Amino acid sequence: MTFLKMAVAAAALVALGACTNADRFGPGSSGAEGGFGANGGVTGGVNDPTSPVYFNETIGDRILFAVDQSTLGPEAQAVLDQQAVWLTQNADYRALIEGHADEQGTREYNLALGARRASAVQNYLISRGVAPGRLQTISYGKERPIQICSDETCYSQNRRSVTVITAGAGV
Amino acid sequence: MKVLSSLVLGLVMTFATPLVAQERSGPLRIEITQGVIEPVPIAVAPFLAENAAAADFARQITAVVAADLVGTGLFRDVPKNAYISQVSDFNGSVPYPDWKAINVEALVTGAVTLTSDKRLVVKFRLFDIFTGAPLGEGLQFAGGTDSWRRVAHKVADQVYARITGESGYFDSRVVYVEETGPKNARAKRLAIMDYDGANIQFLTDASSIVLAPRFSPTGDRVLFTSYESGFPQIYELSVGTVTKRPLQMDVEAMTFAPRYAPNGQTVLYSRAEGGNTDIFRLDLASGQPTRLTSAPSIETAPSFSPDGSKIVFESDRSGNQQLYVMSATGGEASRISFGQGRYGTPVWSPRGDFIAFTKQNAGRFHIGVMRTDGSQERLLTASFLDEGPTWAPNGRVLMFTRESAGADGEPALFSVDISGRNLKRLAMPTAASDPAWSPLLP
Repeated sequence: MTFLKMAVAAAALVALGACTNADRFGPGSSGAEGGFGANGGVTGGVNDPTSPVYFNETIGDRILFAVDQSTLGPEAQAVLDQQAVWLTQNADYRALIEGHADEQGTREYNLALGARRASAVQNYLISRGVAPGRLQTISYGKERPIQICSDETCYSQNRRSVTVITAGAGV
Repeated sequence: MKVLSSLVLGLVMTFATPLVAQERSGPLRIEITQGVIEPVPIAVAPFLAENAAAADFARQITAVVAADLVGTGLFRDVPKNAYISQVSDFNGSVPYPDWKAINVEALVTGAVTLTSDKRLVVKFRLFDIFTGAPLGEGLQFAGGTDSWRRVAHKVADQVYARITGESGYFDSRVVYVEETGPKNARAKRLAIMDYDGANIQFLTDASSIVLAPRFSPTGDRVLFTSYESGFPQIYELSVGTVTKRPLQMDVEAMTFAPRYAPNGQTVLYSRAEGGNTDIFRLDLASGQPTRLTSAPSIETAPSFSPDGSKIVFESDRSGNQQLYVMSATGGEASRISFGQGRYGTPVWSPRGDFIAFTKQNAGRFHIGVMRTDGSQERLLTASFLDEGPTWAPNGRVLMFTRESAGADGEPALFSVDISGRNLKRLAMPTAASDPAWSPLLP
C-alpha cells in the first residue's frame, strides 16, 4: 500500500468537505485508512517536517501490539517519542488516537482492548510532554482491519494504534 | 414500512373424534434435550382452502408450517405422494390405520378461509396417530393477509409445543447486522427479519458502523452501538416506527454492549474511559447512570438473568477473559468459567437454566452452554470464528455468527439446538452478523 496515493486521495476528500468531523484531515470518521492526513493546503508534503504527511510517513503514525496486549515495546516507544516531539513542536494540531484489534476475539472485548491500546498511547504521549487536551482516543475493535488475510502476518498489522493528526484551533 | 395486522387467537374448538385402541402407552412426546434421536415422521397435510381466494394462502401456510417443524431437526415431513388417504374434509374423521401404515406418527390438518373483508381465518388440528386420538384441541387463528406467515408460525408453535412439551419459537424475529463489501471496508447496517429469514427490513443505512443490536423484553425496541457521532455510542430504536434516539448518558466516553433488563426499564452497558472498560446501569426514565463494576480490568458483555436478580458478564481480571456472575446491583462477582481458554459474550437463557457463551481455545472458537454455576459446560460448535450466541424464546435453540477465514471471509448466521444437534446456516441474501432473537411475538 502506498501512502502517497492515499494522501492524494484524502486531499481530494478534504477538498470535497466529505468529513463528518469537519476539522480533521483524513478520509472521514471511519478511520479506515488511519492517518493518511492530507496537506494542510498550506505548505509542502513529505519533505516539510511541519506537515502531517511528514508525521505519517517519516515519523510513522502507527505502532503495533502483541496478541491481547496493550503494552508498548521499545520500537513502539521510539516511534511515539518522535510523535511526541512533532506534536509539541507543531502545537496547532490535535490528534485522535485509534485503537484496533485483530479478528481473533469477540466483538465487545476487542472494542475494550482497542480502547486500552489507544489509551496506552495517549498516556505515553502525555508523559512525553503533549498537552492532554490535544489528544482524544477512539476504539474500532476489530471493525477496521487493514490487512484481511487470516494469519499472523495480517493479524500483527491489525493490532495497532494509529495517531491521526487533526486540525487545531488556529488552522 | 409494513405494519403487521394483529393476530387474534380465536375460539378453542373441541371436536369429537372416534378413538382407536392404543398401541403405545402414552401420547407422542419428543424430549429434545436427550441424545441422538431419529426425526419423527409427521404429515403436514395440505391445508384446505375453504374458498377459492384462500388457495394460495393455504399452500403457502402449509409450506411454512412444514418448514418450521422440519427445520428443528426433530421431524421429517412424509411426502404427499406416500399418503394413502387425502384429507378432504377438515371436520371429517381420521382414518388412523392409513396413516399408521405409512409410519406417520403425527398428522397436522388445517383449513384456510379468506373472508370478504380480507381476513385470513386459519384452523388446524393435530392428531397422535399411534394413540389414535387428537393431541390437544383444534385452534383457530385470524389475521390480516399480510400476517399469513405469522399465522403459520403460530400453528407450528402449537404443534411443536404439544409434541415436545417445550414452548415454541417460530413466531419470532431476529435483529442483526447486514454486512456488504470487502473485509477492510465493510458496510454494516441494522436489519430485522422473521426468524426463518423472511420479511427482511432495514432499520438503518450503511453510513456508519453499527454493532450488536439487542431486543427489548417485549420486542418493540432495539438497542445497538453506532459510530454515527464519530465515536461508539448507544442508540435505542423503536421497531414499529424505525426511529432512533441516542441514550445520551455519556458523551465523554465510548459506550457499547448494551442490554435491557427483563423489565425493560433499565439498560446495562459498557463504558470505556481512560482505557478502562466497566459495566454501568442506566435507568431509562431518569437517564441516571450507576456504576456496577470498578476494576482496572476489562468488564463487558453483561446479560441479566430472566428474573432480573443477577448479571453475568465477561472480565479479564484474572488475566484472561472469563465469565463472572454478580448481583444486579453490583458488588462481588464470582467466576463461573474454569476450562482451558477464554470465555466471552455470555447470555443468560430466557428459561434461566443455562448461560451460553463464546469460547476460544487453541486457535478455535466455540459456542457453548453451561449451567449458571458454571457446571456441565458443553461446547456445541467449533470453527475458525463462531461468536455472539443469542437464545430462541424457548431457550432450546441458539443463533450465532460464524465467520469464514481468509481475505474473502464473510460472516453468516447459524443456529444449533442446545443438544448440539441440527447445526445449520440461515439462508440469507447477504453476509450477516450479530443476531439477536426476539421474544415470542404476542
